[in-house]
Amino acid sequence: MSLLTISDLSLSIAGTPILLDVSLTLAPGEVVAVTGESGSGKSMTALAVMQLLPASAVATGQIILDSNDMLALDERALCTLRGDLVGMVFQEPMTALNPVQTIGKQVAETVRLHRPDLDPTQRARDVLDRVGLQAIPLSRYPHELSGGQRQRVVIAIAIACGPKLLIADEPTTALDVTTQAQILDLLKQLATEDGMGLLMITHDLAVVAEMADRITVMRHGAVVEAGDTPALLANPQHPYTQALLAASNHQVDLPRSDEQAPLLRVQNVVRDYTLPRTRVFVPAGTHRAVDDVSFDIKRGERVGLVGESGCGKSTLTRAILGLEPVQSGTITLDGTPVTDPAVRRKMQVVFQDPYGSFNPRHRVARLISEPFHLLDAPPPDRDARIASALTDVGLSPEDAHKYPHQFSGGQRQRLAIARALIIRPELVIFDEAVSALDVSVRAQILDLIADLCRQYDLTYLFISHDLSIVRTITDRVLVMKQGQIVEEGATEHVFTEATHPYTQTLIQAAPTLPGAA
Amino acid sequence: MLRYTFKRLLSLIISLAIASLVIFAVIEVAPGDPASFMLGINAAEDTLAALRAELGLDQPKWQRYLAWVGGMLQGDFGTSYQYRTPVSEMIADRLWVSLPLALYALALSTLIAFPAGIYAASRRGKAGDVSVMGATQVGVAIPNFWFAMMLVLIFAINLRWFSAGGFAGWDKGFVAAMKSLTLPAIALALPQAAILARVMRSSLLDVLDEDFMRTARAKGLSRGAALRRHGLRNAMIPVLTILGLQLSFLLAGGIIIEQVFYLPGLGRLIFQSISARDLIVVESVTMLLVFAVITVNFLVDLAYAAVDPRLRARA
Repeated sequence: MSLLTISDLSLSIAGTPILLDVSLTLAPGEVVAVTGESGSGKSMTALAVMQLLPASAVATGQIILDSNDMLALDERALCTLRGDLVGMVFQEPMTALNPVQTIGKQVAETVRLHRPDLDPTQRARDVLDRVGLQAIPLSRYPHELSGGQRQRVVIAIAIACGPKLLIADEPTTALDVTTQAQILDLLKQLATEDGMGLLMITHDLAVVAEMADRITVMRHGAVVEAGDTPALLANPQHPYTQALLAASNHQVDLPRSDEQAPLLRVQNVVRDYTLPRTRVFVPAGTHRAVDDVSFDIKRGERVGLVGESGCGKSTLTRAILGLEPVQSGTITLDGTPVTDPAVRRKMQVVFQDPYGSFNPRHRVARLISEPFHLLDAPPPDRDARIASALTDVGLSPEDAHKYPHQFSGGQRQRLAIARALIIRPELVIFDEAVSALDVSVRAQILDLIADLCRQYDLTYLFISHDLSIVRTITDRVLVMKQGQIVEEGATEHVFTEATHPYTQTLIQAAPTLPGAA
Repeated sequence: MLRYTFKRLLSLIISLAIASLVIFAVIEVAPGDPASFMLGINAAEDTLAALRAELGLDQPKWQRYLAWVGGMLQGDFGTSYQYRTPVSEMIADRLWVSLPLALYALALSTLIAFPAGIYAASRRGKAGDVSVMGATQVGVAIPNFWFAMMLVLIFAINLRWFSAGGFAGWDKGFVAAMKSLTLPAIALALPQAAILARVMRSSLLDVLDEDFMRTARAKGLSRGAALRRHGLRNAMIPVLTILGLQLSFLLAGGIIIEQVFYLPGLGRLIFQSISARDLIVVESVTMLLVFAVITVNFLVDLAYAAVDPRLRARA
């Protein structure tokens, strides 16, 4: 007897078809993963089970959860099931909790709603203990907790009434790798101990490779393949699954670099932030975000910078770009301090969110030619340069007349790269440049970067929290922790023979697909 | 929370000190000699000098400033040039009209605006929302003096439920006094309620899109319960800001409504004193209104912290 049976579920929102004949089953105690790229309908499938769909959604088919016909029940009946029979964990722990209510109240509320027989406060304490928050008092507010701790609170809310089914929608996507590993362990442990069914929604196959019993792969709102995890990963039948697996393990063919003289020199850089004063007559304290960091990047070298959130990599990046004052140490490019405006034209940056870094009201030609302002005079062959920059990144010169909203996420990232390269900078900084992209698009962008290396001998600093990407796209890697570079060396060497315990932890925590190098 | 309160209190005192200096300086540079105004343009020079000495106008400016501030701290606001009565008494009489009127209007405005805003937000885009928003649009657009005259026409002249103007006085009893303040309070409250309802609605709509509202629904809360338990408090910050601004406005800005209803309020007092160059009264009433505005802001700051724990932590 299965716990959840979805059969022929079709869904349209305001007339647009979102899901097409989706079928799925899940037995008690089983872990089933639904995976796919953005727009595949995996999250909508989860929300359909909860019946928390947008108001304009129309669903047909059947969703049977523990003999309840979810599509036929009225709102009142659904409210008694949600939180009791089925709990849900969301992607963004930073925003998933009410900021003005204590975590104890928020956990207790679920209990109060569904289990009048239990003491809500005591139960809240027990559940929080169970998710590993023994040291956290109930009176804490969400803003006083870290991302991982908040996600544990969200999980506590979801399991407070002992649901039979737990739905986790990208539960670890917003978390650091080591935190991700802990949360995945916790979910797996809860499912095993309680015999709870776990429906995991994720875009990252590697995350579920180790914990899911079965995997369902979705694309464009339809299931393309489903099967037992080992069989599906070892022998995918559908071409899309094969492509998805290949893209997740994508190895870039990076040309050899001929390293020359040092280009960027970072020497003993320290960046302190002043903390808010706590007492009137005591000097304010400081937080050292970057602590005595030194490294060189040689011309033609591709360097990776990895570290978890809060390690200081963003501060260091801004300092290199000359946007952040440093308390001591020097950063020079070709011997000139980076704070000199003349250096700006020699450095360009590609950010994580290309849409946010484009003015939505400008056309592509204007957007990607913006760096020309850094030159003393605009180049006479401006239009030709724009056309060639677009061709270089795999777009067509006609795209120059479009607006950024007319492009997909991957194409926008291509535009961002075109903008960075249009004045032939000596150093490019990729700041989490592929982190927000789907795996197949990410693979294409990484290939593009390798191609551009072949063409233009790029020198770049590639900042990412994703170790597998850094491994394939860089020659040398720096590992940063608490403001310090704890390990550095040739990328392959660091990955195979890490010496610093922190690097080892990071590599171990990173989820990998079986068969990946 | 204590440290936060202390910090806000400190900033309140500094603001008051600066405000008193500015008010004194502005009034000093304003043209017009109170003494010659009181005695007429044909007064003899020695009579003028005698009056100036009596009023203390011949002393150095800094001494007069200190005497003024020192007096106010002890509740002595000086003596009106025009009426020769203590300013503190004049203000106290007027305050007993203006303050209840402002609070009455604020209470009405909140009572109308909160339910209207919440109702509109919970039926976003539906007929209920559209009609509430249409009504608030009208409420914002209608000038309050015109609305006040309509109220007088309908409720005082035709229906004869209320008197058309004047203030019964508190010695006639609470009900009689409040009755004479009712029409003015409604006239003041409705446009404010319209603004407040719009702020409440848009603030709630922002909150409804937040992730934690989805978490609340996933717990099993109904749409309405999620809105009340998790939405409202998060939506309060912008609403509190507007409420604070409105209270300040109602205290000082009721002058037009006071004129329409012949109410002896602060607005009328300051208007008459300005016309009569009764500078000591102008100074004192202005200072009092500044004090009220700054105190209201202080209370709003405390309310912010009570609503949002993140603000408590930041201070």
